[in-house]
Amino acid sequence: MTNRGFGWAAVLPLVFLAYFFVYPVVSILIVGLGADDRGWADVLSRSGLTDVAWFTVWQAAASTVLTLIVGLPVAWVIARFRFPGRAALRAGLTIPFVMPTVVVGAAFLALAGPRGIVDLSGSVWLILAAHVFYNIAVVVRVVGGLWGSLDPSLEDAARVLGASRWTAFRTVTLPLLRPAIAAASSIVFLFSFTSFGVVLLLGGFRLRTIEVAIWQRVQTALDLRGAALLAIVQLIGVTAILLAYSRYQARRATRQQLVVDAARRPVGARQWGVVLGIVAGALIVEGIPLGVLVVRSLRTADGWGVRWYQTLAELDSAFFVPPTEAVANSLWFGVVAMLIAVIVGGLAAIVIGRSDRGAAAWFDAVLMLPLGTSAVTIGFGFLVALDEPVDLRTSIWLVPIAHALVAVPFVVRTVVPVLRSIRHRLREAAAVLGAAPAAVFRHVDLPLVARSLLAAAGLAFAVSLGEFGATTFIARPDAPTLPIAIFRFLGRPGEANFGQAMAMSTILMVVTAVVVSIIDRFRSEGGDW
Amino acid sequence: MRQRSILIWLLAAALFLAACTEAEPVDAEPTEIVLMTHDSFAVSDGVLEAFTAETGITVRLLTAGDAGSLVNQAVLTKDNPTADVLFGIDNTFLSRALDAGLFVAYESPELAGVDPTLIVDPEHRVTPIDFGDVCLNYDKAAFETTPPPATLDDLLDPAYAGQLVVQNPATSSPGLAFLLATIAIYGEEGWQRYWADLVANDVAIAPDWETAYFGNFTGGGGSGQPIVVSYASSPPAAVIFAEEPLGEAPTAVVTDGCFRQIEFAAILRDSGSARELIDFMLSETFQADIPLNMFVFPARTGTPLPPEFVEHTTVPSDPKTLDPAVIEANRDRWIDEWTRLVLP
Repeated sequence: MTNRGFGWAAVLPLVFLAYFFVYPVVSILIVGLGADDRGWADVLSRSGLTDVAWFTVWQAAASTVLTLIVGLPVAWVIARFRFPGRAALRAGLTIPFVMPTVVVGAAFLALAGPRGIVDLSGSVWLILAAHVFYNIAVVVRVVGGLWGSLDPSLEDAARVLGASRWTAFRTVTLPLLRPAIAAASSIVFLFSFTSFGVVLLLGGFRLRTIEVAIWQRVQTALDLRGAALLAIVQLIGVTAILLAYSRYQARRATRQQLVVDAARRPVGARQWGVVLGIVAGALIVEGIPLGVLVVRSLRTADGWGVRWYQTLAELDSAFFVPPTEAVANSLWFGVVAMLIAVIVGGLAAIVIGRSDRGAAAWFDAVLMLPLGTSAVTIGFGFLVALDEPVDLRTSIWLVPIAHALVAVPFVVRTVVPVLRSIRHRLREAAAVLGAAPAAVFRHVDLPLVARSLLAAAGLAFAVSLGEFGATTFIARPDAPTLPIAIFRFLGRPGEANFGQAMAMSTILMVVTAVVVSIIDRFRSEGGDW
Repeated sequence: MRQRSILIWLLAAALFLAACTEAEPVDAEPTEIVLMTHDSFAVSDGVLEAFTAETGITVRLLTAGDAGSLVNQAVLTKDNPTADVLFGIDNTFLSRALDAGLFVAYESPELAGVDPTLIVDPEHRVTPIDFGDVCLNYDKAAFETTPPPATLDDLLDPAYAGQLVVQNPATSSPGLAFLLATIAIYGEEGWQRYWADLVANDVAIAPDWETAYFGNFTGGGGSGQPIVVSYASSPPAAVIFAEEPLGEAPTAVVTDGCFRQIEFAAILRDSGSARELIDFMLSETFQADIPLNMFVFPARTGTPLPPEFVEHTTVPSDPKTLDPAVIEANRDRWIDEWTRLVLP
């Protein structure tokens, strides 16, 4: 009943998803299956599918658990405490999320490869470590978004009644956080489930995800039928996981009182010690691989310098435009993708967050699918489907649209837990007092949702900045994005190319941190619109 | 209210009509032509503009990922191509595209100036534009006192144990080319034994060219092996992209056991303009611009080469090739067998 008056909000997300995801993916699967007529068993057994599928699932589960173990304390510190550099840390933690796997892979190999501090090359630990590195931002933003709005007086009450700190957390805070933890877990799981570059670079050849197997079918064997069959297996797996998740989720939400920002300064030396310790840990885990790249960008033959940055402004024949223009391209694609994702994802979140019905669970699962679908499937899907009625295949708009497709699930996952946590009684009180559904939404839901929507906007922007897989299919040579520019530099021999790729990576880090900080600032100021 | 909705309907109808008229192309020579290529394509500022000045045709570029992705995209959009001309398909993927019937045959008059060994398709569905050789490169600093390998057989010598890094052919184009070179040299019967011996001599495997060259190869700043599978043009590139001007390349090429990759252009949607663009890509202007941009060699014989290409590399006299149809028929199986044999 709570959904009354909001069904219309589902229309735009449904149309967007149907036209830019379902239609292209179904089209490419039909084309792929029609490429030849080998049997399923033949194609799938050939790819060693059982091993690949098993590895895909278990490494994703392990990555998710590890990311939660490392990420939750960081989310707690940022959500609960005010300390100098808190905003910078929150923005900075988003950086790893956007880094192209080819440079992060290089950094990880430098640290933990054959000549690193420890040699983990070819072991699954290196893959898991990279997944944790990439996904901490998801836990910090998605869980932290709700954690920062939980009323601390609940936990305080438990403490006053004699519960230990741990018991208070376990019995009061953890159940309240469960929707956000589940949401973050589902994103991290899907990200690791479809992991491509990390596995290819760090997997030591034997370890492959379904995503890597699809790419190999297409890329070296030009085997569209095999790729389509693998893509179907991947989609079935992802759909099953998502449906189980949504059904569980819809039943479990706890309604509660939310506040705007519950952070306070740490009290006493011990609490300061814990906070600073966790911050230092986060900086080490996330900072060292990034630091390697910055150091390499500044290393030149005659000592340290900014030469690689200076040369970026010069016209390079591989680019058709000065490489620095990639910064402008990335920014503008990021803004457009963010706007699309916030509008589409925000509307979808309203529908899902205010309904407990089965249809909403389906809707929720379907919206997450793009995150669990291989970039090759989506990229090729665009090519075969989007030529009529308007030929969008070579349109510049397809780049932010593709980015938004991947970013929408982040928006939904960040906003829905908050919406689900709002007490019905608040809405009912407003309705009893004569407010129309729209007015209830504006005065009750929106102020609380606005903050999480802005947290989601930061993630959506970051998704766009870092997207590489689908972009390679559709970006135009005169409008490269930052990850594409980095990749082009690394495609040629010579120290200058390597140095410029590292410089470009550093610029990508700075751009990410600056833009996400600006969005976060809106978030704290715009808390009560 | 009613009047407003009538207005909206009228507006919608007008837009619809406008869209329809726009969608019907006028059947004239296109003045804009779309060239679809891979993401290593590069050309100097002013070269394509020269083509426009000469013919009135502007060229719009589209990139489609790497060379493999380019072929896939062309196959998938066969019924409604996104481009008029495709550039960048090579002999390792050629057969697939020819079988799919993607290209319109065109025999350019400029082919008269092209090295005849590069003209692979007698029907001229594809036109050779450039070629590059995948060869072993070595770090000169590591071989100051001992000789570098001269042939692929030398790599089996214990003296070169642990000194070579190659790319996985399942994930890397030069890796595949090197595997094809060994198959061309040792034959269907012998290549597996050669690789088993390479493994016994401690060959290192990297997933892609970037990791092998920058991460492993000591001549590329890496910290692993002094011999790498790369291109004949890599030493000139190392000179051009060096930090300090170099008198001498830090790396050199082993000219035995190279595999020749030929890059072709082809017409996807026939028109006079498409043919003019093919002719232009074989013209001296475009051909002379190729080496310093794409680090491959021009197909047109007698095209002047930049000094770096003359001084720091050698075009192998006896590069290996395989018939594209043979590659197409066996590629998948070879990669599988290689994987079972070589990967730990």
